[in-house]
Order: sequence, then structure tokens, then C-alpha cells
Amino acid sequence: MTEPLLSTDRLIKRFGGLLATDAVSIDVRPGEIHALIGPNGAGKTTLVSQLTGNLRPDSGTIHFAGRDVTHLPAHARVRLGLARSFQITAVLREFTALDNVALAVQAHAGHSFRFLADARRDESLRRPARQGLAAVGLAARADMAAAALSHGEQRQLEIAMALAGDPCLLLLDEPMAGMGAEESQRMIGFLRALRGKRAMLLIEHDMDAVFQLADRITVLVYGRAIASGTPEEIRANPDVRQAYLGDDFTSAKNS
Amino acid sequence: MSSLLASLRTPRGLLTAVLLLALAILPLLTQAFDQRYLLSIGTRIVIWAIAAISLNMILGYGGLVSFGHAMFFGIGGYAVGILAHHGMASGWIQWPAGIAAAALWAALIGALSLRTRGLYFIMITLAFAQLVYYLGAGLEAYGGDDGLNISRSRFAGLLDLRDKASFYWLCFALLCGTLWFCSRFAHSRFGLVIRGAKSNDLRMTALGFPVFRYRLAAFILSGAFGGLAGILLANEGAYISPAMMSWVKSGDLIVIVVLGGMGTLFGPLYGAIAFFALEESLPPLLDLGRRGWGEYWQIAFGPMLVLVALYARGGIDSLFGRRHD
Repeated sequence: MTEPLLSTDRLIKRFGGLLATDAVSIDVRPGEIHALIGPNGAGKTTLVSQLTGNLRPDSGTIHFAGRDVTHLPAHARVRLGLARSFQITAVLREFTALDNVALAVQAHAGHSFRFLADARRDESLRRPARQGLAAVGLAARADMAAAALSHGEQRQLEIAMALAGDPCLLLLDEPMAGMGAEESQRMIGFLRALRGKRAMLLIEHDMDAVFQLADRITVLVYGRAIASGTPEEIRANPDVRQAYLGDDFTSAKNS
Repeated sequence: MSSLLASLRTPRGLLTAVLLLALAILPLLTQAFDQRYLLSIGTRIVIWAIAAISLNMILGYGGLVSFGHAMFFGIGGYAVGILAHHGMASGWIQWPAGIAAAALWAALIGALSLRTRGLYFIMITLAFAQLVYYLGAGLEAYGGDDGLNISRSRFAGLLDLRDKASFYWLCFALLCGTLWFCSRFAHSRFGLVIRGAKSNDLRMTALGFPVFRYRLAAFILSGAFGGLAGILLANEGAYISPAMMSWVKSGDLIVIVVLGGMGTLFGPLYGAIAFFALEESLPPLLDLGRRGWGEYWQIAFGPMLVLVALYARGGIDSLFGRRHD
């Protein structure tokens, strides 16, 4: 069995009396899609925030790419190859779509203490940025302000930004949120094409998408990982049925 | 260069070119029309424009509302004044010392203030500026509250700063240099990081940028140019006093930037011109209505600012049409 790319060991995070992350130990192996599911308020986003470094866990450790990154700041984890997309779309609204991706490329192209040369004429940033936009199907939107893109396009732009640094792990916080059926299907196809090349930790409410994409699934309820396994195992797990999936869903899928 | 010529064909570009040309020959104009007083206003406009551009680097491009920028006036000014007081009159020593002191102070307070956000950042920069203000007022050896008359910096054989026209041209040349730097800065890798962080700093961090470091560097740059403006201001009046770094001056600088257009290259210059033009012209205009009203010119100035805030969000710069960058 291969060494996991990302693993947490008994991660704990409290907000006052609320145990938002309750001794969670999960791992993501290279190239796999690991889905994190659970009802609203289960602590999925809290967990992701600790993985990215935006939140400090109260105890427990996080290992990424062979290193203990528990105390590493967020920007340094990105440099190691851990990229994320946000649950609520977070593109740089005033900038063009191409600028957005070019900045993502720039973040990985050495330091940015360069004060005089025009970054928008720097082909070493613009060329990879255009390729990145084309890869998510936004080539025609390159010069539009990010704010003017449709919601689905902004989600695609986020993915392009996350991919710009050539990360080995993508943390995708509800990438399909707010998308229409057709857009969702396109995104699923796109993510599936990435499987094997990059590991993904996928948080998603759309169970169709999760069961289409995931190699493994972890179920989070009240901050605790109550089950972890292949889609078939999760479907058959009685605890998960009771806590989250419901009998309708599982029986429909099994029939 | 070709883009510079192309920009001349737009109304904004043409107006800016005419404005810069007028500023370039201002000493000749004021001499021709025998209006010496206008040259001293012009000099102050140019110096304040440099300070406003430096504030705009963090306020306009970086979205960091520093309410203490006049402290850099004070630090640059006092560096010149204190050295002059102790017989070190050479500008070659005074000026680098003033700029270095301002940059160093900016590094120190930036490292502390930039850990806060929004209203807290406004308050903490104001607090540091007040600290410097009272420090200046407490320096009895250098005049305390009353300030200190100083001799102007000497650039032996090169330039006599007592000559009003030469001093003006020096200030104007430095304004052009500051504008040039700012025009490059705004589109550089560094500038885009600062502007991106204004738009969404969480996103920039998630892209892998150590945002704090870049903001601190921008704060230091801004402080250094602010210190330069302070050096010029001290030489303009041959005088330093704590009043040059009072919170009112910090407020005036914010007003100038907002009035002219935040995050635009020439906005702070337009703002400085408008600010001083109104400050000079409103009192006599109001006095025409009734003697003594001129004293209360700010009653008329305030509503104008409100109108700009409500109807010309981008400041004076936005009146020339949308800028595309």
C-alpha cells in the first residue's frame, strides 16, 4: 500500500463548548479521490480549514507530502502542493479571468518582489495562464472581469486557479454548489479526467456526484468520522444509513 | 512609449499632459504674471501630491486605510531639521537619512499594525501617528510645540534650495519620478499582489502568497516616499513643527486621495490640486457673500466631499470616463 499523501492524526478543534472536529484521522492517497460527506454542520469546512492552515487545530497532527505541516502557515502549504477551492466562490472579482489564473501561476513562480516590469506582459505568466483557462473551457472568457462570469464559470475559474500551481492535492469545497445539472455534469467529467493525476479531497452534497467520482468516502457526523471506506462499503454501512444517507437513497442505488 | 502616445489621444491623457506641462513651466508663468504667491502654492501642491501618491500605494492599491500618513511628513522633516540644527547641512546626508528613518519607522509600525484589519488598522495607525506627534511636541531641544526654524538643505555647487524656482523644479522632478515609479508599481508582479490582496486577501493566501510580507513591503515603500515629501515640506518653509504631522494632516491626505480617485495613477495629483485650489479660493469667494464667512470655508468644502463620495465614487479621475486597466 502506498504512503498516504495527506493524513491527519486525531485532529481536534473546539469552538467554545462545541467539538467541531472530534479526533478525526483521515488520509488521502496519491491520485485518489477521497470524498468527505456529512450533514450540514458536521464540521467539513472546519476540517478543511485546518488542512489548509486557515485554522489551528487544538491538538492532533497533519502530515502532507511526508512532512508535519500542522504548524505551517497557509501560504507555505500551498507551496508544497496543496491547493484549494472555496465553498463560497472566491475569485478576484475586479481582475480578468486571465489575470486571476496568471496570479495563481505567479504565486508559484518565485517571489513577487518585482516592482517595475509589467506582469501582464510577462509571457512566462500569461502563457501557462491561458493554457489553464483553456483546460477548464474558459479560453473565450479570458479578458472578461471575473465578476462578469456566470456562477458556474466562476467555479471553473476557481479550479483553473487551484490547478495553476500544479498541486498534488486539491481540496475542493463543494465545487458543484449552485451549479445547474448540465454544468455539474461537465465539472464531474472534468474532475474524473484528473483522477489518477492528482489526489482530491472532495466535499460535496450532491450524492450522485460523490458516488460517481469517489474512490473512498469518509462520513463526518457531529465532527466525528463515523465511517470510511469504498462507496460500496459506505452504502452498506448501517450507521451511515441511519445518520445520513437514509434508507431510500441506499435501496434506490442498490436496486 | 507608444502606449504613452496612444493615451494622449484620450481626453484623460490630453488633460493630464496639459496639466503636467503647466506644472513644468509654472515658475515661468508665475514670473510672467508676477504672481509669486502662486508659486509657493504650486510647490505645496507638488509636495502634497507626492505624499498623496505614496498614501495611494497602500490606501488605493492596497485597500489599507492608514490614518497616520502625516507622521512620515514629520519623520522626514525632523530628520532634516535635527541634522541641520546640529550643523549637518548637507542634503546628501540629510535626505537619505530622512528617507531611511521613515522607511525604518514604517517597517516597525507596519509589522505591528498590519496584523489588524479594517477599523482596527485605522485606529492603530492613528495611534502611532499621535505617538510621533507628541514625541515631536516633547522635543524641547528642537522647539517643542512651537517648532523650529531651520536652514535649508545644501547641495553645494549643484542647487540652491533658497531659490524658489529651483526648489519648485526639484519638487516637480521628484513628483515625476514618483509618478513614474507608481505607474510601474501598479502593473508589476508586486503591485498585482497588493491589489489582489485588496480584492480578497484570503484568496491570495490560498494561492500561496505570504500576503503579510508583501503588505509590509508596500507599507515601507509608502512610508519612504512619505518621508521624502516631509523632507521637501521642511525645506519649503525652512521650518519644522509637530503641526506638520497632526492627525488633521493625515485626514487631509486621505481626503486628497479619495477626492482625486483611489487606486488611480494621477488621482492623488488631481486631488491635491483641487484641495489646495478650494482651500485658497473658497474663503475669498465666501467673503464676497458676507465678510467673515470665509473663515468657515470648510462648511462649504465638507458637502462637496460628501457629493464626491455619493456621486463620483472614483473621484475626479472618474469624471474623465472609465479607466481600463
